Amino acid sequence: MTTSSRSSKGRLARLMMKMPLMLTCREVEAFLIDYLEGTLPRAQRAVFDLHLRMCRECRDYLAAYRKSVELGRAAFARPEDPVGPEVPEDLVKAILDARSREG
Amino acid sequence: MQEGTTQRAAADALGDSALAEAIGRGDGAAYEALVRRHGGAMLAVARRLLRDEDEARDCLQEAFLQAWTKIDTFEGRSALGTWLHRIVVNAALMRLRKRKRRAEESIDALLPEFDADGCRIEPAWQMDEPADSLVQRAQVRELVLQSIDRLPDDYRTVLILRDIEGYDTAEVAQMTGDSQGAIKTRLHRARAALKKLLEPIYGGELT
Ligand SMILES: [Zn+2]
Repeated sequence: MTTSSRSSKGRLARLMMKMPLMLTCREVEAFLIDYLEGTLPRAQRAVFDLHLRMCRECRDYLAAYRKSVELGRAAFARPEDPVGPEVPEDLVKAILDARSREG
Repeated sequence: MQEGTTQRAAADALGDSALAEAIGRGDGAAYEALVRRHGGAMLAVARRLLRDEDEARDCLQEAFLQAWTKIDTFEGRSALGTWLHRIVVNAALMRLRKRKRRAEESIDALLPEFDADGCRIEPAWQMDEPADSLVQRAQVRELVLQSIDRLPDDYRTVLILRDIEGYDTAEVAQMTGDSQGAIKTRLHRARAALKKLLEPIYGGELT
């Protein structure tokens, strides 16, 4: 992160505490990842939650964003086969041969 | 069959730490047991990251050769599978760095939109169905996999390592050599872009 973006985020953080209702969606976006990671300070988190309560767009956006992460996970999950696919026999052989050459 | 059947069976019965010790002594049957026990999961992650069967196979070979030569650095603090997983991820990342960049779609067009006042432009979605049930539909699952595939390599890699493989931000930063701040920004953009590409699902177009 550059110095300028860090300081503008600092300015934003101060602004959001002073005038929580003035926070725009674009500003909310900058804090979203920290909000989801649970690393947002408690007071800022409260402001974020307040914006979400008032803003239909951000609520729907966040729901779809979360769902996308879940869909990514679900699409790759193989509940029927948690250890993954079998290694093709010719590949097992190639791996073992490479080791023999290595000594 | 590479080694005697009895040796193989004996090696198969070893737990992970005993297996690692046997490999450290140069035991070929133990090595084969290792490849068969852990190779599948490792091949899966190589395929996810590289999206190319030949490269994934080469990558798996490299990873196992590395595991063979540095098995004595395995300290048993983590599970053997975790240790191997990390080796194959690093080998795949190395390949991605060397690979000639394919023509990549810019991610900018997929990022969130705001109006002139900074208000978000976002349709109203109806999403009651859980992800697990959504991906049972082949069309949905295909769209999700293809959409992740469409992300530029740098973004796709971070999304896969964080959201699919389950590494934390610090671990991903260590693997890619980027700052944690950069990883978080990239993860956020990757998720936002994925969400944009998956909007047909949220709009009920794929029922
Ligand atoms: Zn908003």
